[in-house]
Amino acid sequence: MLRLLRRTLTILFLLPASVMAQGLEDLVTSLPDGDFDDRAQVVNAIALSGDPRALNVLELLSDGQLSYLREDGRIVTVRDEGDDDVAYDVLSEERIGVVGRRDARDVRVNNGLRRDIAAAIGRMGLQNVDPAVRLDAAERAFRARDPEQIDALRAALAAETDPEVTTVFEQALAAAVLRSDAGEADKRIAIAALAARGDRDALSALSPALTDPVLAGEAQAATDKIERSIASWGLAQNLWYGISLGSVLMLAAIGLAITFGVMGVINMAHGELVMIGAYTTYLVQETIRNSFPEMFGWSLAIAVPLAFVTAGAVGVAIERGVVRYLYGRPLETLLATWGISLILQQAVRSIFGPNNREVGNPEWMSGAVDIGQMAMTWNRIWILVFALAVFAALMLVLKRTPIGLQMRAVTQNRAMAASVGIRTGWVDAMTFGLGAGVAGLAGVALSQIDNVSPNLGQSYIVDSFMVVVFGGAGNLWGAFAGAFSLGIANKFMEPWVGAVLAKILILVAIILFIQKRPRGLFALKGRAVDS
Amino acid sequence: MTKLIDRRMGFFLIALFIAVVAIPVGNLAIEGKPVASYVVQLSGKYLCYALLAVALDLVWGYCGILSLGHGAFFALGGYAMGMHLMREIGTRGVYGDPVLPDFMVFLSYEQLPWFWLGFDQFWFAALMCMLVPGALAFVFGWFAFRSRVSGVYLSIITQAMTYALMLSFFRNEMGFGGNNGLTDFKDVLGFDLQSDATRAGLFIASAVALVAGLMIAKAIALSQLGKVLIGIRDAESRTRFLGYRVEGYKLFVFVVSAMMAGVAGALYTPQVGIINPGEFSPANSIEIVIWVALGGRGTLVGAAIGAIFVALAKTLLTGWIPEMWLFALGGLFVFVTLFMPRGVLGVIEESWAKLRRTEPVKEVTP
Repeated sequence: MLRLLRRTLTILFLLPASVMAQGLEDLVTSLPDGDFDDRAQVVNAIALSGDPRALNVLELLSDGQLSYLREDGRIVTVRDEGDDDVAYDVLSEERIGVVGRRDARDVRVNNGLRRDIAAAIGRMGLQNVDPAVRLDAAERAFRARDPEQIDALRAALAAETDPEVTTVFEQALAAAVLRSDAGEADKRIAIAALAARGDRDALSALSPALTDPVLAGEAQAATDKIERSIASWGLAQNLWYGISLGSVLMLAAIGLAITFGVMGVINMAHGELVMIGAYTTYLVQETIRNSFPEMFGWSLAIAVPLAFVTAGAVGVAIERGVVRYLYGRPLETLLATWGISLILQQAVRSIFGPNNREVGNPEWMSGAVDIGQMAMTWNRIWILVFALAVFAALMLVLKRTPIGLQMRAVTQNRAMAASVGIRTGWVDAMTFGLGAGVAGLAGVALSQIDNVSPNLGQSYIVDSFMVVVFGGAGNLWGAFAGAFSLGIANKFMEPWVGAVLAKILILVAIILFIQKRPRGLFALKGRAVDS
Repeated sequence: MTKLIDRRMGFFLIALFIAVVAIPVGNLAIEGKPVASYVVQLSGKYLCYALLAVALDLVWGYCGILSLGHGAFFALGGYAMGMHLMREIGTRGVYGDPVLPDFMVFLSYEQLPWFWLGFDQFWFAALMCMLVPGALAFVFGWFAFRSRVSGVYLSIITQAMTYALMLSFFRNEMGFGGNNGLTDFKDVLGFDLQSDATRAGLFIASAVALVAGLMIAKAIALSQLGKVLIGIRDAESRTRFLGYRVEGYKLFVFVVSAMMAGVAGALYTPQVGIINPGEFSPANSIEIVIWVALGGRGTLVGAAIGAIFVALAKTLLTGWIPEMWLFALGGLFVFVTLFMPRGVLGVIEESWAKLRRTEPVKEVTP
């Protein structure tokens, strides 16, 4: 420790004038000379040079990617290009040419030097004009926890104006202070700062204080607090994963719930209608890529109505062509729609090929947002929003429109509805079309998170059935509750038992649940049930 | 006895008898092998499918239970036999361990898991290939029928059952070989599985099992109990109000059917030489339903014919034009449900009756 401190002092204050005055080129060339201590001096000089290329050089050095040519001592990076190793000048990026294994030698680094480099990079970043770079440097410094950086951090903190960066500077300072032999008061403040940060890094930064006899109690309290905070963030993250899975399940299942609820038939081709929606998205994106690349951000907005119409039209065709001849025979309908699903699958495979098709995320859907210690990707957030919007729209259609009224009437009592003049056949066709259209919408969403392949529908079909059977038919809230409870339950079990076993347990749980409530959570009541 | 073997059963048994004599003789006894060995193997496989179809027809055709999980019973029977065949490999495996099958050595098992004990005995495996599917059907059916889960809901949860089993058997931790399943079998009861004579023997055994299955199913259908089953199929509530304990009847026939499917699976495994979790896939189970629907629901013989026909078509079509197979199968589902609700046998019998100007056989109207 003392040796390190002395060395830093030497570097900072007693650096030979000759080294200070040199340009970056000379400094870099002198890197291979001498031992690791000499190299550390050069590193610091490079950091202080203020040259914009210095960061790149130091990072390459730290990664062990710098070599020098035996011939003329030039410092190069050697890149692997096919079969050849090609040397590039590290500063000018000039291509020097193919080098053999013996022509270039590595500039060697050890762990001590790497730590010095990290500290030097940290100091360089701390003073940068760009707040993002300073933030990044502060995070690095936090992770480095190097007592030698305390002075640099203090200086940077004093000059800092950005509140977000200030917080991280304080935390970095705290982490470094706990490692140093600073006074008790300073360390108390440091513990408080780390407790406020509350994540796993803060936990490890606190560890030196735990062994300190004076501070152990306080540090222990802070550790406990952080562990609680980590646990609750973990819970929140799991909940988010569950909600996200639930939104996907709901999108996939809600169309099924509509047809099942109104017509009492299980549409086994539902998954393939989802697939059609996904392929519609693919076609829209292909067209946009080829003809109007600047509209790519709008591709999903265009795909949504198109997918609804395409899948809906296929749905109406299925209903008019096959399903309507099988009324009153739900099991036969199940078989016939299964046959249709095989045909649709093979048709897509024959047209588009068996491989996955590339569907891109528009820019506004990529990336992630961090809330506290929780990461939420934008595409998942948008899918949740989309699922809720689809649900709300369907609710409106069912509750506020004439066709919705008729659908509900047919659901509750088909014979009675027919005798008061509702064209039940027409309602069936519309219902089937609506359910299919919603499946198409689900396809647009799923194309953003899953592989678009002919098997897309198959992978969701059992899950969607589970949602419908669990939630109960005849009520959209059933699908809503079913999807989210299954999604959340699944994600909460996953950390304990693994993904596959979690799924198996959910299936078993549903099989058992059906024994208790043979018609799901939100069962229809009344005489219609017996038919 | 005369009723047990009616006209169509008679025709079928005669055809089956001819095949059972002709195929092995053509393969083994005649010079130049007019019947290739793979034909014997394939025919044996088809007969296993036929038995499976008969099992499903018993529950669906006579009791109205559309099980989308019969593939699970079939696969469980297949696994029970597969476990025995694995044990019979003995020291001839790649790792040469006298007790542990290869995959267990590979996954560094210390000893045989408890559920593998006893499978070195053939009689035990033979018992298990009926008992395990039977027990699963009993537990599942006891829960489901008692709480009156029926119709589409029952179909969906049977599908969930086979799906859950598929996921379980894919896991290496289950101790059933994970996604590779059980394979590399050497012999059964001391007979080399690769030899033509053993294959012919297995083929004949499958035929015997099929006949036995048909007879048992027919006997059930003709008995007093069979009449109640048909009553349950056509009007479950009414049957219940007449004082029959519907769930007991359903449970009985479901368990018998599951055991039959298990036997089919047990005969299937040695003939194809592998059993893996893919057999549990929900798609397989639905395919069984189309065999029955095509041949004629509630005809037993029709189910067997449907299975043989579809399996044969699959072998031929996937060989000639692979892309067409799913179109054909899908089209078959739609066509049969729309235009032939009583299946091929129903159509034939109707036209036969028209020709003879007599009433069609009344006994089977689903």
